[in-house]
Amino acid sequence: MNQSVDIETLSMLKDVMEEDFHSLIETFLNDARERIPLLKSQLATADAEAVRQTAHSLKGSSSNLGAVPMSELCFQIESRAGQQRLDGLEPLLQQLQAEFSRVETILQDL
Amino acid sequence: MSDNGIITILIADDTDSDRMILESIVRKSGHKVVTVRDGLEAVEAFAELRPDLVLMDALMPRLDGLEAARRIKALAGNELVPIIFLTSLSDTESLVQCLEAGGDDFISKPYNRVILQAKIKSFIRMREMQRVVQEQRDQIARHNQQLIQEQTIAKQVFDNIAHLGAMDAPNVRYFLSPLAVFNGDVIVAAVRPSGSLMVLLGDFTGHGLPAAIGAMPLASIFYGMVHKGFSLEDILREINQKLKQILPIGVFCCATIVDMNFAKGRVQVWNGGLPDAYIFRAVSGKVDSVRSTHLPLGVLDDMNFKADCQQIEMVAGDRLYLWSDGIIESRNEVGDMFGEERLMSVFRRSVREGRQAHVFDAILRSVENYAGGERSDDLSLIELTMLAPGAALDCPREFQASTNSRQRYGGLLEWSMKLELEPSTLRLFDPLPLLLNILVEVPGLKSHSGSLYTILAELYSNALEHGLLDLPSSWKTTPEGFERYYRERSQRLEALQTGYIHFELVHRLVEQGGRLTIRVKDSGNGFEHQRNIQAADAVRDEGKPDLYSGRGIPLLQTLCHSLRFLAEGNQVEAVVQWGEDD
Repeated sequence: MNQSVDIETLSMLKDVMEEDFHSLIETFLNDARERIPLLKSQLATADAEAVRQTAHSLKGSSSNLGAVPMSELCFQIESRAGQQRLDGLEPLLQQLQAEFSRVETILQDL
Repeated sequence: MSDNGIITILIADDTDSDRMILESIVRKSGHKVVTVRDGLEAVEAFAELRPDLVLMDALMPRLDGLEAARRIKALAGNELVPIIFLTSLSDTESLVQCLEAGGDDFISKPYNRVILQAKIKSFIRMREMQRVVQEQRDQIARHNQQLIQEQTIAKQVFDNIAHLGAMDAPNVRYFLSPLAVFNGDVIVAAVRPSGSLMVLLGDFTGHGLPAAIGAMPLASIFYGMVHKGFSLEDILREINQKLKQILPIGVFCCATIVDMNFAKGRVQVWNGGLPDAYIFRAVSGKVDSVRSTHLPLGVLDDMNFKADCQQIEMVAGDRLYLWSDGIIESRNEVGDMFGEERLMSVFRRSVREGRQAHVFDAILRSVENYAGGERSDDLSLIELTMLAPGAALDCPREFQASTNSRQRYGGLLEWSMKLELEPSTLRLFDPLPLLLNILVEVPGLKSHSGSLYTILAELYSNALEHGLLDLPSSWKTTPEGFERYYRERSQRLEALQTGYIHFELVHRLVEQGGRLTIRVKDSGNGFEHQRNIQAADAVRDEGKPDLYSGRGIPLLQTLCHSLRFLAEGNQVEAVVQWGEDD
């Protein structure tokens, strides 16, 4: 495990969720697997408001899972979209994709 | 909310994983959870399930959290339903928008279980407090409404009693706050069968209903007894006894009662605990005051109660003023009282300016100015003007006989009665109200109660004072003798051991009316009635009213159809004829 996912947050979640913990992980991963491609297509059609909302949701859910760097990337995308600054978002999206892969690996190994 | 502190919480979030976490945390606290995925579902679920608390994401598809919050608050109405926004919104403007939409608090992601549970608890407490406050507010509103309703009814009942009277007589002016009865102030006025005007101003201790409660029996005794011809002393005693009996200790009634006799140009005043009454002399501009010489009504038991009055001469145009202490005790902005000296100066100024007739208004204006333009609720003021002899005030309506009453109520038609009074009764009992009470049971005689009273009163006092007590009417020709006369009267009456006065009343129906024969016989020596009648005639022919003596014979002659003295003059027969037209 490394800094991509905060351990304390995860142990609190285990505590709260009990037997539903794995189902929660599954739900989060499935959600993110859908939303990251969605972000790409929304960026392609230059729909700034849609990008902002998708990034906002992903920011919240990743922060709840303790995926702090991933949540931070979503926050940057959300704020840029909020200011209608879609140019130069490509690299951020790629970073997000890469960070999510790390989070995915960690969570799947639990 | 159920009694054990478990509430229903609505969770609205479009992100599945966030919703799962929140649901778990809330369930672990023991509350019921309802989850939805967007704003529209949230509003529908709220309308259907009425949850106690709403946890809602700000950004949601279909209907965002802000609009959903507005609709939920509108549905909740008066009920407090806290809405906590789940948000990672970080800019101030968005947070302000959440609050403006009706949000009560925020929880940011990532969720912290401890903080979330603490917030839920605190909102449960807040809701409970709000519920209690609203319940108490509603209760106070209900109580207040009930109180106003009760006061309105109480006032109506009191007005029904109080308005029987002669408050609207042309020589009476009064000022009384509309809600005075709840300040304890009460004014009643009525005309006696003899034609004199009786007025009482009372000021009960306390405020509100406790102060008003005594006004009812007071007014009802006053009107009942005045109309039946009872004397001022009897009325005072009855009111005092009744109030003493029903009022709790410490509640009593300061009062001034006045009997204004126009025929004799005299007032009787009894003042128990009210400020001095003033008599404003029309000619000289002088002001005489009538002090309180008694304890208020409702304090002493009947044995210790003193009903003796002050007798004061007044000529037509003289004015008598009564007031409650609200006048003298009105305060200016620095708390000083208006006082008697200022009151007196109002009278002096009116004399200087030749505006004696406007003193009533001048007093009210002056007190009002002094108190800084405010007219207090507990000012009560009465002005009674003495009228010339012969002035007749309208009798209150319920005492005028209606021609229908004869058919409707029947009553006494043809009848006779005898009544013999002996010393022990004569010493203490006034038989006139009793006799008048019987006479007014004859339909048609009711409207003659005034003159019947006068006839009975003259015949009775002749029989008692000249017959039994052997008092010479000649004494009454001088003021000094007048005093001696009444002093002797009470002494001799006290010492009376033997003798009687015998009444015989016979009533017969005649065409279109009736004939009442009144025979009065006393055990005295009689008198030279022939000479007396001649003397009375002589006085009458000279056009001078015989004020002090003459045994009221000229008066009786004008009131009766016939008047005959029999035997030694210790028997008299008076006949009164009445017709339906009069």
